[in-house]
Amino acid sequence: MDAKDWLLLRILEEDSTQELSEVADLTDLTEAEVEDRVSAMEDDRIIRGYCASIDWEKAGEGVAAATVNLKVTPERDFGYDRIAERIARFPQVSSLRLISGEYDFEIRVTGRNIQDITRFVSEQIAPMEQIRETGTILVMKSYKENGRILYDRKEGERLLFSF
Amino acid sequence: MRDFISARTHNIPPSGIRRFFDIVQEMDDVISLGVGEPDYATPWVACEAGIASVEQGQTSYTSNRGLPALRTEVSRYLGKRFGIQYHPEDEMVITTGASEALDIAIRTVTDPGDEILIADPSYVSYSPGVMLSDGVPVRVPCRMEDEFRLTPDALMEKITPKSKAVICNFPNNPTGGVMSREDYRGIAEIICDHDLLLISDEIYTEMTYDGEMTSAVQAEGLRERTILINGFSKAYAMTGWRVAYLCAPKELCDAALKIHQYVMLSAPTMSQYAAVGALKNADLDREEMVTEYQMRRNLFVRGLNRIGLTCHLPRGAFYAFPSIKEFGLSDVEFAERLLIEHHVAVVPGSVFGPSGAGHLRCSYAISREDLREAVRRIEAFTTSL
Ligand SMILES: Cc1ncc(COP(=O)(O)O)c(C=O)c1O
Repeated sequence: MDAKDWLLLRILEEDSTQELSEVADLTDLTEAEVEDRVSAMEDDRIIRGYCASIDWEKAGEGVAAATVNLKVTPERDFGYDRIAERIARFPQVSSLRLISGEYDFEIRVTGRNIQDITRFVSEQIAPMEQIRETGTILVMKSYKENGRILYDRKEGERLLFSF
Repeated sequence: MRDFISARTHNIPPSGIRRFFDIVQEMDDVISLGVGEPDYATPWVACEAGIASVEQGQTSYTSNRGLPALRTEVSRYLGKRFGIQYHPEDEMVITTGASEALDIAIRTVTDPGDEILIADPSYVSYSPGVMLSDGVPVRVPCRMEDEFRLTPDALMEKITPKSKAVICNFPNNPTGGVMSREDYRGIAEIICDHDLLLISDEIYTEMTYDGEMTSAVQAEGLRERTILINGFSKAYAMTGWRVAYLCAPKELCDAALKIHQYVMLSAPTMSQYAAVGALKNADLDREEMVTEYQMRRNLFVRGLNRIGLTCHLPRGAFYAFPSIKEFGLSDVEFAERLLIEHHVAVVPGSVFGPSGAGHLRCSYAISREDLREAVRRIEAFTTSL
């Protein structure tokens, strides 16, 4: 990993669909060099995948999301890992993190509507024997996701000429 | 009625881009490479600090020298970034932009008839600033072959017994040229040997892309004879806040302060608080912006070279300075036709001094998309010639 790799990651994280030629220009590399570096980082699993950032609400698809905090009893020999792996298998769980403080896990749950979410939490997550407590926080509106602003924002104005 | 305007004011040439400004107002699909400021908003941490100060009623003058907290942060910053030490108590003045810092620095040192050497091409305010003090601006050419550095030979050539000071600005507006430590050492020797003062406008230092960020003051012998100017307009996208600083050894600093306290009293208070916020908490914002500019530079300079506009690699600031000499038009004609026929605004290089003739200053502080489109339009123009 050098400064150019770092630049590549930054570019791809922002928009992984950019033309190869553009990426080469931005990093001052040849296209072949870009391809080699990117595939090396894919092989090393530094790059985990590519995806689109979607405003599902705008797409007309019902969306609901919640952060669910979990108190968990860790298991002898496995700590939190095994229970984490069990929870992570559910497609409804889009992120799962071990956190400090009062709770142990913070998971992000998505569904088509609130009922989906509450049903999932009460029927799938809460009954697991290692889960001691759940605290569900429903998302009411999203303003920013993954570093992207979701509302319309007016840009500041600049003079067209200045020294 | 008499002509009330002083001869001194009459003698200052009018802005070299007034006409372009008028043309551009009439167009609605212009891509402007003519902007001399970042296209980022001020880091929000800095804005919050400014807003909070107003909410808390901090709306009075500050001390003439500037907020103590800001001077302390500036001192810390210069130490950390360049390893240079300026005492916040008596070697620093917070100013209303680098513009004011330049003005008072020039006035502090210039007596009528003093020759002030200016690395050319240069930012547009230096020469009029010198003329307002009845000094004589003497331009020292910097050439594309030298990547627009100020070379010892060029400097030597212009020194006379009347020479008093040198003004330089690296990374440079308009060329994007930078000076390495080695380069500064070269001119330091001459400046010391001829007992000159240096006014170093280092407002673009954070925008240094390849290699080490440098300050003139790092060169041996220069700290004692330099007025260092830096600020927040570029590095923290704070052009509208009007805040910057001047650092110099105590005696010079006290002299500059004397002018500052009469003409400005103090820099805007809210802006000084915002600047404290910027220095304390906006490193990430700054790095993010600088990285983006580095990528745009790569993209844009490659694009220019691809379509046949020869361009040295600008290692700093956010300007490319391609040569258009081979197209048989002056830089002013080229810029005017490019604007009228293809709606791309650039600043002719000669606006920045005779060494800029035959070049265009193109700011790449605009979106990548617009940069690509600008290159396409410039290509359409050059192939039509
Ligand atoms: C080289 C140079 N010095 C000084 C300034 C003025 O900066 P400020 O906004 O701090 O007055 C500029 C602004 O364009 C500049 O390019």
